[in-house]
Amino acid sequence: MKFGVIVFPGSNCDHDAYHVISKHVGQPVDFIWHRETDLRSYDAVIIPGGFSYGDYLRAGALARFSPVMNSVKEFAARGNLVLGICNGFQILCEAGLLPGALIRNRGLHFICDYVNVRVESVDTPFTNELKSGSVLSMPIAHAEGNFVCDDATLDELRRENRIVFRYCERDGQVTDNANPNGSRDNIAGICNRERNVMGLMPHPERACEDLLGSSDGRDVFRSLAGTLAAAA
Amino acid sequence: MKAKVYVTLKPSVLDPQGKAIKHSVELLGYTAVSDIRQGKYFEIAIEGPLSATQAREEAVRLARDVLSNPIIEDFRVEIEE
Repeated sequence: MKFGVIVFPGSNCDHDAYHVISKHVGQPVDFIWHRETDLRSYDAVIIPGGFSYGDYLRAGALARFSPVMNSVKEFAARGNLVLGICNGFQILCEAGLLPGALIRNRGLHFICDYVNVRVESVDTPFTNELKSGSVLSMPIAHAEGNFVCDDATLDELRRENRIVFRYCERDGQVTDNANPNGSRDNIAGICNRERNVMGLMPHPERACEDLLGSSDGRDVFRSLAGTLAAAA
Repeated sequence: MKAKVYVTLKPSVLDPQGKAIKHSVELLGYTAVSDIRQGKYFEIAIEGPLSATQAREEAVRLARDVLSNPIIEDFRVEIEE
């Protein structure tokens, strides 16, 4: 089981993701520079958070044109697992691997804080070890996390149970007050129709050690590793 | 030739930056201003033996594929010869 963490100019959570895979998942992991195109030796790829290309034009917009992204598309089309965190989620939306877009937070500010998210779907390779309806505490750190999509897309996401995480109160209630950035339907994370590509704004990789405030993110990586182990 | 591309958020998409500017403008006393939407403007120099129509097609393609995100934005292209 081998993981790859893609590194764009401006990625800054690449080392966090690498640390979690090597230390907590206990599996081999490589950094993959964005100019590389061969992903054949990997079982799962993580697109980490950060500010790829300085967020120029739109967050994630320029990273989509990096050579590695064509390979990521092929990698995903073959059914392999792709996890996009924060800027990684923005890149997956810009690349068309996930629907919708992430625009400026409704309050305009960059938000760096812990949020609660409710697990809406455990029917994904990234959440199958979690309990449906459980509440995870994870940090967010973004200025463009406001998920938007049209009505037809939202209907489709709901109907196909593809909303994976929603911002909620500590007790699990999904309220506008718990929505940090104005995301439609409090959406914090979604997956594609085939369920092998997931993007989310909160940082599970920064929530894997109690010392850092939360270890709730570990279950995401435990699910991922368990899925790969079962498939091997 | 020069192509001018204007990228704007779709009317249905909330523009928090435009709202913040509008709020400040109100405080300055611009009572007649009812709304402000913020967008992006690009000037693209185009070289080669292209007709204005071809230059426009090139700019439209660029605006659609790169400069705008069709999920949230519209664009408009002007060609200056």
